[in-house]
Amino acid sequence: MSAADPYDAIVVGSGAGGGMATWALARAGLRVALVEAGPWYDPADEAQRTQFRYPWESPRRGASTRLRPFGDFNACIGGWELDGEPFTTADDTDFMWWRARMLGGRTNHWGRISLRFGPLDFKRRDIDGLGDNWPIGYEDLKPWYDKVDKLVGVFGTNEGLPNDPDGFFLPPPKPRLHELYYIRGARRAGIPVYPSRLSILTKRINKERGVCVYCRQCSRACGLHADFSSSTVLIYPAVATGRVDVHSNTMVRKVDTGADGRATGVSCIDRENRRELRLNGRTVVLAASACSSARILLNSISARHASGLGNSSGYVGRYLHDSTGASRAAFLPELMDRDIYNEDGVGGMHVYTPWWLEDTQLDFARGYHLEIGGGMNMPSYGFGFAANQYKRFLGERVGGYGNGLRDDIRRFYGSRLSIACRGESVPQYDNYCELDPNVVDEWGIPALRFHYRWTEQEINQARHMQDTMEELLEAAGGVLLGGKPGPEREYGLTRPGEIIHEVGTTRMGDDPATSVTNRFGQLHDADNVFVADAGTFVSQADKNPTWTILALAWRTSEHIVEQMRQRNL
Amino acid sequence: MNKTSRRETLKSLLLAPLAAGVASATGCATGGVVNWNELPREYSYGRTGAERQRDRKLFAETYFSEHELVTIAVLCDIILPSDHANGGALDAGLPEFVEFIVKDRGNLKLPVRGGIAWLDSYAIGEFGADFVNIGEAQRLAICDRIAWPDAEDPALRPGIRFFSLMRDLTLTGYYTTEQGFRDLGYQGNVANVWDGVPEQTLQRHGLRYEPEWLEKCVDQSRRDIIASWDDDMNLTS
Repeated sequence: MSAADPYDAIVVGSGAGGGMATWALARAGLRVALVEAGPWYDPADEAQRTQFRYPWESPRRGASTRLRPFGDFNACIGGWELDGEPFTTADDTDFMWWRARMLGGRTNHWGRISLRFGPLDFKRRDIDGLGDNWPIGYEDLKPWYDKVDKLVGVFGTNEGLPNDPDGFFLPPPKPRLHELYYIRGARRAGIPVYPSRLSILTKRINKERGVCVYCRQCSRACGLHADFSSSTVLIYPAVATGRVDVHSNTMVRKVDTGADGRATGVSCIDRENRRELRLNGRTVVLAASACSSARILLNSISARHASGLGNSSGYVGRYLHDSTGASRAAFLPELMDRDIYNEDGVGGMHVYTPWWLEDTQLDFARGYHLEIGGGMNMPSYGFGFAANQYKRFLGERVGGYGNGLRDDIRRFYGSRLSIACRGESVPQYDNYCELDPNVVDEWGIPALRFHYRWTEQEINQARHMQDTMEELLEAAGGVLLGGKPGPEREYGLTRPGEIIHEVGTTRMGDDPATSVTNRFGQLHDADNVFVADAGTFVSQADKNPTWTILALAWRTSEHIVEQMRQRNL
Repeated sequence: MNKTSRRETLKSLLLAPLAAGVASATGCATGGVVNWNELPREYSYGRTGAERQRDRKLFAETYFSEHELVTIAVLCDIILPSDHANGGALDAGLPEFVEFIVKDRGNLKLPVRGGIAWLDSYAIGEFGADFVNIGEAQRLAICDRIAWPDAEDPALRPGIRFFSLMRDLTLTGYYTTEQGFRDLGYQGNVANVWDGVPEQTLQRHGLRYEPEWLEKCVDQSRRDIIASWDDDMNLTS
């Protein structure tokens, strides 16, 4: 193939959406260019491995740095601030923006919580009159969720819940000790609890990938490929077809379009030698993450697309929304002086509570789920801080020095139970990102400027989260830690962007005047440009977005293949 | 200055005016020298180029004076002494860990430097010399006043804050080493097959698995059999 020959598809970004598109398109026989802004990555490569490291293998013992904000052993290369790649926020508004720069993107360190959206999640406007419905429903996506379950692997249980659909699950692991205390508390409080649903292989699904060895380190990426990362599950098999060229360390500047307004390829820059390059393609699939894809579209200005590609509606960047979050922890006196054994388990919770008040009248519109943490974690930087603070609950004096501290450490080790809530926010037209006219990154690409404010809906929801967490932790036998955040701290509500579930910037819809793509992620304004990341979400349920990104990206890819077959593309 | 010559300088400075006090204060001290196990200065654990560069810079940077490092060593040794089968702070190389992490975190630099200065000033006021140059009993008398956060004397607040910080750094630096793992009895970070809470632990806590929950959980004897399902989403393998 000569340099001038166009690829059948150029996929921009290698996370969940880009990995799935690359895999599905290459599998269908298309020649694909996968463009990733960061380096090639494989957790099985000794030079990149952080799994199974002991804390003393790091001079900072796993503490976070600006280059690894979730800790020194976390797999994700990227962060909240990237050298040479600024972004801004408009006056009095707030947004945190996580960007991964590596093959597989954020799927290398995510929580693997893999929840299908339910039937209600696609039609929230019908229920509460807020925001908009999706143009598609659960029945449209169900076959794709089914396929994703089988291809990728996810453990969980079929509970027949109306808005938390059943799936093709692998069996879940048994609960840990602190999770048994949580179950006891939930039963006492009358709040449901079920086995969690995580894309971790508790059972073999093929000959290529390994089975979980229960190290609790999915956030370090798995060298056995026993959890879902886009790289290990999708991209390596795609590359093995021989039909995929991976252009790593390559940053896309814009989508190039011809006189007819259709895409002809992408303009990029090689980050290592700062050389400009151009890739030609019959189709372009943007999966650079909701905000990065919006940024590329807004920067793709031409005579035909004067306000940016796909932006005739003015909706590119609009309806940006993230999940809500709040958390609380407790000390469980019954776990003092506990037996110490290996209870690592999988990289995340073994039990969780899905939203259970769908039919209850509340002073906020949408729900949240509860994620459970605690137990005997591997010590890393921060372990032993305020080592004997729990003594005050026992009427004993806190502080001191000497070998008695060793007894305190062992006495309180693993006696913590924590809850994190993740909720659905109501998408707002006025929460958006746009190009900042005054700031460029080191590649000369205009930076994003964010406008984001929570509404009363999210703040009231956070108050409810705090009440629920207190009730559950106390019912489990816990002594609450820290204060309960009140209205002055918006009830501990996380900052916009902080949960890293940002979606909605290129939302799908049937009306080109109020949406950016159609129901297949295809731009209304250019039929050979697609969005395969969470930008197309009309609303982000309280479910984590990855499973829906995968299902939508697969569906979009099959649509591309079908349209090519019919010679419409 | 390389590692060895810096250590040599440290020793010779200690030997002159501080010998008696330090020698008696620390379990590891012999002949008036504070000894500790060295920590590596080369690490390889999946770093990017930018990270390697950052760590090289941190290792090359000198922040603490020898006097400050000796004071840190003496404090760490008081907090977690070496007269224990699993070793103490100096066995776990604490002074070097504190030195690195203070440079790495940045926001710890002033609290530690200022804390040492407060401690010396207080020791001079009470006993007529720097903290490391007073007697062991005098050092412990000062620690007894600042090691308990509920102490009511407002004049001691800076010292209490500093001692709490040094306790945090000492414990975190110790429990993230092999000695610390042994001391804790930590069992994890190895490949294994999790099959639930040990039976005797369940009994001890008066808990049991709900039978209907347990039925849904993985049968670990079948974990290597490739999964298959019927059309009704039931696992069949």
